[in-house]
Amino acid sequence: MAQIKNRLTPFFENITFDRDDNELILNFGPQHPSSHGQLRLMLHLQQEQIVKAHPDIGYLHRGMEKMAENMIYNEFMPTTDRMDYIASSSNNYGFALAVEKLIGLEVPRRAKVIRMMLLEINRLMSHLFWLATTALDIGAMTVFLFAFREREYLMDIIEGYCGARLTHAAIRIGGVPLDIQDSFLHQLRVFLNKLPQNIKDYEDLLDTNRIWLMRMEEVGTISTEMALSWGCTGPMLRASGVKWDIRKEEPYELYDEVEFNVPWSDKGDNFARYRIYMEEMRETAKILYQTIDMYQECVRKGETALMAHAPKYVSAPKLDIMTQNYSLMQHFVLVTQGMRPPVGEVYVATESPKGELGFFINSQGGPYPYRLKLRAPSFWHTGLLTDLLPGHYIPDVVSIIGTTNIVFGEVDR
Amino acid sequence: MRAYTPKDDVQAKPYYTDRFYKSPQVAKYEPESDEVFSADLEAIKAKFEVLDAYIQVEQMVVYINAKDNYGVLELMRDQLSYSQLSEMSAIDWIADRNGFEVFYQMLSMAKRKRIRIKLFIEKGQAVNSVEKLFRCADWSEREMFDMFGIEANGHPFMKRILMPYDWQGHPLLKTYPLQGDEFAAWYEVDKIYGKEAREEIGPEIRDTSRVDRYDSQRFSRLGHEVPKGTEITGNEPVNEQAYQEDGGVFLIKKFDKESSVIIDDPQR
Repeated sequence: MAQIKNRLTPFFENITFDRDDNELILNFGPQHPSSHGQLRLMLHLQQEQIVKAHPDIGYLHRGMEKMAENMIYNEFMPTTDRMDYIASSSNNYGFALAVEKLIGLEVPRRAKVIRMMLLEINRLMSHLFWLATTALDIGAMTVFLFAFREREYLMDIIEGYCGARLTHAAIRIGGVPLDIQDSFLHQLRVFLNKLPQNIKDYEDLLDTNRIWLMRMEEVGTISTEMALSWGCTGPMLRASGVKWDIRKEEPYELYDEVEFNVPWSDKGDNFARYRIYMEEMRETAKILYQTIDMYQECVRKGETALMAHAPKYVSAPKLDIMTQNYSLMQHFVLVTQGMRPPVGEVYVATESPKGELGFFINSQGGPYPYRLKLRAPSFWHTGLLTDLLPGHYIPDVVSIIGTTNIVFGEVDR
Repeated sequence: MRAYTPKDDVQAKPYYTDRFYKSPQVAKYEPESDEVFSADLEAIKAKFEVLDAYIQVEQMVVYINAKDNYGVLELMRDQLSYSQLSEMSAIDWIADRNGFEVFYQMLSMAKRKRIRIKLFIEKGQAVNSVEKLFRCADWSEREMFDMFGIEANGHPFMKRILMPYDWQGHPLLKTYPLQGDEFAAWYEVDKIYGKEAREEIGPEIRDTSRVDRYDSQRFSRLGHEVPKGTEITGNEPVNEQAYQEDGGVFLIKKFDKESSVIIDDPQR
């Protein structure tokens, strides 16, 4: 059967082609190596300068919020992996924390420490990935290879823990499913000991690199007002002069027990964001060293619980399920029907590597959430391009998209 | 007679609920129990009508009238230092109350507090756009329109954002089935070949990812291969899969288990 021509004519009703001026409309993406996923940008150009930018999203829309309304809470956990798939444990954690707040669960300390390790490893993975891809977009192939090598080690550690490299699903509502493997701490320590030298290597390659500086300094400057108004969070906001890190300001998990600094800058340009990512990697290493000590303290004190004890919501440990009839019945009900959280609403924000990752859950007492809204930071970081790109030149587009660190799994959800 | 299934909420329902099960409630507290929240609430109450207010899970929830949303958010941004609109969207209550609840999730970085402003609108009613106060509402309101069909008055570009521009229906409505409706099922066929091709293509092959087990024209089952085009209805012959042919080229030459090393530390 022949395709009817012009059936697929793009729908450009907001665009007029005017012969008299020199305006050119450049369609950037949705398949473009530097669009970090499925971003389509319609750029109106005067010569090489952008006068109007129109980001178009939705190419990766899977309707996760709709799926959540038709799934029991535990079923939805692996779906959250597919939001920010560069750091999937942070999504798992955000969702688990929201449900835990809704039902009022207290997670055992050992599980908290393991969760923090996973979160910070994910932050490192995400930042290394960001550095690698952004550097590659601008042309620094070496940095790409270096940073991917380090990320690979981290993925090996995670793989040893949960068996998956990218979509971990390593966190459960009420705790973590497993204790860390024997080689975990050793591998992590070996990695962390090498990390300062690695970061220095990247900086040696980039900090004084003429091409890098041309694409980074004084490019893509976001003012504080603009960042606040566009809902920017995470490194994007901190680079624009607001020292706001949810781990510090509204501490969750054990972040109030660890020492770390919040790097921030008032420059707001690409270079400030780059510096913040680099500094954050150092701070993350600092946190990870402390969590290793915290974990060993848990072991010394004999705290072995990994899941919260709440028979109404969380299955009993495997040993109980296999030996005790009542635990088995509870487990059966929780798996087939799902937990039923109380009636209420909750909005919980966590600091994911990209920014504020929020989960809004409206529960009507049923096993399915009545409404679940995923607040993904990249969504507004993409919207920001509308106001940020005009005035810049074509080569800057790539570096600006790079430093906004958008991941389309969470933009489109 | 068939049992009546309500059409206004076609989402998944629990198949069993105990007759005597009564869901517990997440605790609600008076706004007066928190100094900062009670002061904020007084400031809002001084200018606007507040229908209900309480604290739930460390955040205050304030119900206001739908017409006041712009004013309340402006007051909160300019005078109460709620500098960021973290999130806004709607909840579908059409089956219960024939309307939507719209919520605005506000964050004050100076006070380290979060407030959720909520308002109720009837089905078909629009809300005032807050895009002039918070630029991020530009995309949020478009998403809300896309997902629920709620329009925002005064929005500069009220178009769909996640779904295609020519989509019909609003996916997050409770009346919208999870698998999509008739329009969604035929969307690609209608667009590429035209509506008249529906009959010719048929519902069986409109799904491009569909794999027919007995279709020997386009697919072959590993280990059960048959000549292309053979009509089969099952009982395909088994073809043994051999990775190392007898007398063929060795895949691994002289693998000596004794002298090989297993790397257990990748970072060695």
